[in-house]
Amino acid sequence: MFEGFVLKALLAGVGIAVVAAPLGCFIVWRRMAYFGATIAHSGLLGVAVGLALSIDLTIGVIAVALALSALLLGLQRQRLLPTDTLLGILAHVALAAGLIAASLLSEGRLDLMGYLFGDILAVTDQDLYWIFGGGAVILALTIWIWRPLLAVSMHEELAVAEGIPAGWISAAFMLLLALTVALAMKLVGILLIASLLIIPAATARPFARTPEQMAVIAAVVAALGVVLGLGASLTADTPAGPSIVMALAVLFTLSLFQSFRLASN
Amino acid sequence: MAAEASKAESLIGARGVSLSRNGRRLLDHVDLDVNAGEIVTLIGPNGAGKTTLVRVLLGLIPPDEGEIITAKGLKIGYLPQRFERDATIPLTVSRFLTLSSSASNGEISQVLNEVGASSLADAQVANLSGGEFQRVALAKTLMGAPSLLVLDEPVQNVDYAGEAELYRLIGEIRARRGCGILLVSHDLHIVLGESDRVICLNGHICCSGVPESVAQHPEYMRLFGPSAAEAYAVYAHDHDHVHGLSGAVSEREHNKARAEGS
Repeated sequence: MFEGFVLKALLAGVGIAVVAAPLGCFIVWRRMAYFGATIAHSGLLGVAVGLALSIDLTIGVIAVALALSALLLGLQRQRLLPTDTLLGILAHVALAAGLIAASLLSEGRLDLMGYLFGDILAVTDQDLYWIFGGGAVILALTIWIWRPLLAVSMHEELAVAEGIPAGWISAAFMLLLALTVALAMKLVGILLIASLLIIPAATARPFARTPEQMAVIAAVVAALGVVLGLGASLTADTPAGPSIVMALAVLFTLSLFQSFRLASN
Repeated sequence: MAAEASKAESLIGARGVSLSRNGRRLLDHVDLDVNAGEIVTLIGPNGAGKTTLVRVLLGLIPPDEGEIITAKGLKIGYLPQRFERDATIPLTVSRFLTLSSSASNGEISQVLNEVGASSLADAQVANLSGGEFQRVALAKTLMGAPSLLVLDEPVQNVDYAGEAELYRLIGEIRARRGCGILLVSHDLHIVLGESDRVICLNGHICCSGVPESVAQHPEYMRLFGPSAAEAYAVYAHDHDHVHGLSGAVSEREHNKARAEGS
């Protein structure tokens, strides 16, 4: 039999994985991998802001993520520096600011290692409610905006010409991303969340013929990675978050055989 | 504007449209109408503002001056210039056709049939040749039975034979569906013979007329030189000479520069 904490970790991990995977597909399609990482890196600052203002930490994380998204949109109006440079700056400044803010907060109020690398084996019942309640909302919203978001990702101008409010759809996508980061932070840590978004989607790509197939396969891959990673973590006594990422990396490596097989046809 | 009443059959119209960007006047008092059942071909050199005019017509950019008048409930099928295909998104042709709205299988097979691409329904979009993709993209504009097609350089990345074939398809679509078509081309030499009007744009509208007459126009001569006028040719409809998908639409790249500053 599973012990309680293992079962909770599995439920939490699989729940997050299934919610994150479809959004991860859009990160891949829209070439926003750096953006996902930047949002994730800002998570620590969000937690610190939440603690400092005594508001819910999830709200702090979302507020900082949205502020960062708005800042990025503003900075993109200049034309001398490309977006990946801006993101490279924002991601690490946000992380540095988060680390400083964390150190300024009084001792013991912020479990720094837990936020950086996650602590999936310490998931509480309350965390589970958050993950499944919040996760259900994220998944429902993702399905709701699926078609317009896909159209915008394929060709933004065409989507606008067809009457799709591209700005709102993209903003909703960023919001969903921020929500997912806030939920996933505790499990795999802000340094590793981006891998939970990107690796399953990348692994699913060579097996998918439609966008919807890719999202479903990515969700299965993500869940499988969580199960294998947790199993390895318990067996070999390795840290849980990094073990999940390594399990996903193994699955991704296997998928490369299919990628190269398709490329040689 | 007073013109509205007399343009009862106009699907979309520009009235004195001007637009400047970064101190450059891209469009200068442009008047243009596309009527129901009419093919209007817009030609002009690179940087003439053709794509900009299309964007203004579609409501993507508000004009600085002038206005765009559209028929009530107008449904537009739009084929953008430089429709980048991206292998990172897995997409069958059928799913590509239903990107922005759902559709019955019957409609999907019908529009593919119309462009002679029925066999491609389950193919991956990323694997199509340039000519195949332009056909499929043309089919996408037909989804939802639009009354106006706006096709921005629909023959790009297509070889000469494929170009002729696409133009033939466009003529057929107009004949079958009776929709208005605004066709943008930067190829000054080859103009679809079935165009009711050819409009030559270079910021402002230089000249317009039936296909055969435009090259004789002094403004055309002045703008593109007499050699362009000599090379000018009109695609005539050639029914006994049909190129199938498997045959003529090969993957030979066009040598002509297809990039256009917008």
